[in-house]
Amino acid sequence: MKKIEAIIQPHKLEDVKEALKAIGIDGMTITEVRGHGRQKGHKEVYRGMEYQVDLLPKVKVEMVVPDGRANEVIHTLVTSARTGKIGDGKVFVYEVAEAIRIRNDDRGEGAL
Amino acid sequence: MPYRFWVALLAPALALAQAAPPSTETRLANLETAVKSAQSAGDNAWMLVSAALVLMMTGPGLALFYGGLVRRKNVLSTMMHSFALMAVVSVVWAIAGYSLAFGEGNAFIGDLRYLFLNGVGGAPNADYAATIPQQTFMIYQLMFAIITPALISGAYAERMKFSAMLLFTVLWLLIVYLPLAHMIWGKGGLLNAFSGGKIPCFDFAGGTVVHISSGVSALVCALYLGKRRGYMTEPMKPHSLVISVIGACLLWVGWFGFNAGSALAASALATSAFVATHFATAAAALAWMAAEWMKNGKASMLGGISGAVAGLVAITPASGFVTPFPAMLIGLAAGVLCFLMVTAVKSKFGYDDTLDAFGVHGAGGTLGALLTGIFATNAVNDGLKDSAGKVMPLGMIDGNSGQILNQAIGVAISWALAIVGTLIILKICDVVFGVRASAEQELEGLDVSMHGEEGYNLES
Repeated sequence: MKKIEAIIQPHKLEDVKEALKAIGIDGMTITEVRGHGRQKGHKEVYRGMEYQVDLLPKVKVEMVVPDGRANEVIHTLVTSARTGKIGDGKVFVYEVAEAIRIRNDDRGEGAL
Repeated sequence: MPYRFWVALLAPALALAQAAPPSTETRLANLETAVKSAQSAGDNAWMLVSAALVLMMTGPGLALFYGGLVRRKNVLSTMMHSFALMAVVSVVWAIAGYSLAFGEGNAFIGDLRYLFLNGVGGAPNADYAATIPQQTFMIYQLMFAIITPALISGAYAERMKFSAMLLFTVLWLLIVYLPLAHMIWGKGGLLNAFSGGKIPCFDFAGGTVVHISSGVSALVCALYLGKRRGYMTEPMKPHSLVISVIGACLLWVGWFGFNAGSALAASALATSAFVATHFATAAAALAWMAAEWMKNGKASMLGGISGAVAGLVAITPASGFVTPFPAMLIGLAAGVLCFLMVTAVKSKFGYDDTLDAFGVHGAGGTLGALLTGIFATNAVNDGLKDSAGKVMPLGMIDGNSGQILNQAIGVAISWALAIVGTLIILKICDVVFGVRASAEQELEGLDVSMHGEEGYNLES
């Protein structure tokens, strides 16, 4: 099993969800996060007080998929989240040791 | 039908036919009474609505405006400053405040004739407003006494102890507000142009009494308390401009009660003040947005509402004395001046006037009070008459250029009283409670440390 963790532009979340749904992936967890990589932030001014805002709103998408489907999911995710501009985000892939369904104690890929 | 039934039915008609028609004198007297009571009903209706509008400026208006501008951890404590004063000032006002401001007294302070609202009832007090119950006048003036110290809270927000803030307000009312209100508006007050004051000063709705007094006291508070921890090094962005916009718009609407209500009647003068207030505010909002557009390349929402408040402040003393276009000029000047105060002057001197109570109310109030001396005209307000009953010229445009000096003296007295009074009061509060929250309390946020609650419990 692989855990796929993607940090994407908030406005691309709907596109990503739709694309993943189209290939049969409908389980995911999302979090609203803030961060930045190479993307520069922007300037905000409040009554003359200037702030450089470099931690920008992002959405973190996490899902665990069977090994056999990982490449397909990553490809779908990357293409649907891409705008081609700086700030599109990153995808990280991890090995998952175990998955357990709390309801009935199913284990492994069967629990996904 | 029985005989008695017909008698009962016809009796009133028979009685009417037999009564003599009322004399012309009686009918005239009845007519006069009816006209008077109709005018009183109209005026009283408007003044009660105005009183409610002015209370709405403090809560929720100012509470939302200021509450949105602070950090999230201080939203409740900031709103509490406004809200608590709605309660505290009301009690002080009923006990002695109204009497000390509007009792006849001497040139500087009222007497105790209305202590505990003694004698303040349904009968009008012709010294102030002859067509409304004195109780209406009393409750209307109370709403001004509530918002004025609440405006100061903009300077000490995010770092003042709640206990010290309550004591500060009570003492500030007694030492600064009530004497100033008496001098400008009270019968026989030193600066009251309409009641034989030695230095006739025009302040229609509170440029000196409300805005200079609160704005200058705010600067003293900011300097005395010192900067917030992390000022200029940590981000201190407004946590919700959305609620600030709602608050500022409520202030704009409520201000019609403040300025137009200061006519103390549902009169043409009230309309004129309403109109002047609106146009000045519109011009000031535009001026501020234009200034920052030129300086920063963008016009901001916060700039728009700050400009509107600056315009409302500056037109306050002039509102019942000026025509619409001078009103717009006053607004325009206020928008630019207050923008420079909060963006350039504040950073140059480095004081931490948290929400710019001085930059907007102190500066805007001073500008408005001085410009009133230029633009006041008896074409709008014919209330000032000489001993022969002839309407007197008001400002420079009426040919009375000496009025600018009178206005300047009124401004100087207001500044002096605010500075000295506030310094003494802060010293007293510092000895009694300590005025400043501890470092831990300030870092934790005053909502939790002072009030034991949080504004946003989104997980619950």
